[in-house]
Amino acid sequence: MTWRVHVRILPRAGLLDPQGQAVEHALAALRFPEASNVHVGKAIALDVAAESAADAAARVRTMCDRLLANPVTEDFEIAVEGDSR
Amino acid sequence: MRVAVVRFPGSNCEPEACRAVERAGGAAFYVWHRERSLQGADGVLLPGGFSYGDYLRSGAIAGFSPIMESIRQHADAGGPVLGICNGFQILCEAGLLPGALVRNAALKYLSRPVDVRVERTDTPFTNAYHPGELIRIPIGHGDGRYVAPEAMLDQLEQERRVVLRYAGPANADYPPNPNGSLRDIAAVCNPVGNVVGMMPHPERLADPALGSDAGHRVFVSLLATGSLSPGG
Repeated sequence: MTWRVHVRILPRAGLLDPQGQAVEHALAALRFPEASNVHVGKAIALDVAAESAADAAARVRTMCDRLLANPVTEDFEIAVEGDSR
Repeated sequence: MRVAVVRFPGSNCEPEACRAVERAGGAAFYVWHRERSLQGADGVLLPGGFSYGDYLRSGAIAGFSPIMESIRQHADAGGPVLGICNGFQILCEAGLLPGALVRNAALKYLSRPVDVRVERTDTPFTNAYHPGELIRIPIGHGDGRYVAPEAMLDQLEQERRVVLRYAGPANADYPPNPNGSLRDIAAVCNPVGNVVGMMPHPERLADPALGSDAGHRVFVSLLATGSLSPGG
């Protein structure tokens, strides 16, 4: 089976995120004072051939550890489409 | 001494790196990143630039280039390896150096001379400087802010693994630490000291014809230690 997997990568919590701060300031300048705690990251979508959604998620977690995310600076979350767990 | 300058798609200043080695009395040659052999090199330089367009993260994809396995073996055997700018980013991504380099705190690409203090002079790339010496060499980077977990930074300090620190004059109209690097770190080394990564570009200022050759002694240092390295 092929699973559509989405990886959401954000700057590691607690690490200075100058991009997030710049966007937050711009939102404030546009009169969106209700916006706070803004962070800018990246999203990666990929198809993964695997027996189950859990297997697909496990493989993508390994991909994140090896390449897709940097453990020093980034946190990541994995979501598999159609996985109702 | 024979020095391999590794080229990736998007490398820059690699001719300057070769020239700087030659001015210091060594021989330099290019090795393409798809190759697997360092062709018997005694030392390795990873130049600056934007390998793979900085896709994903600076240095992330180059860190898995075929040549990296030979570089790892060379480093493990005690051979000297210097990563400059993008080369530093690649060494961090490849796990040969700790920490990571992220977007400059002010979000701007910086291309300017900076003052750095030589904190450690017993590496193959700094032994021709005096301890505590201030040198002014250029930077050119968007992702130069050195970060690592606090515990790792403490360990780096304890093990004297900070090789260069940003140390601009306090009264200048420009921040002494241009990119927001934690603990003002501009260069670090591995536990043994034979692998060094630095954000400044010494090869860009290694010829007196340019008005200064403040970076020249990085390469003099390498040539001085060449005969001591296991590979040479």
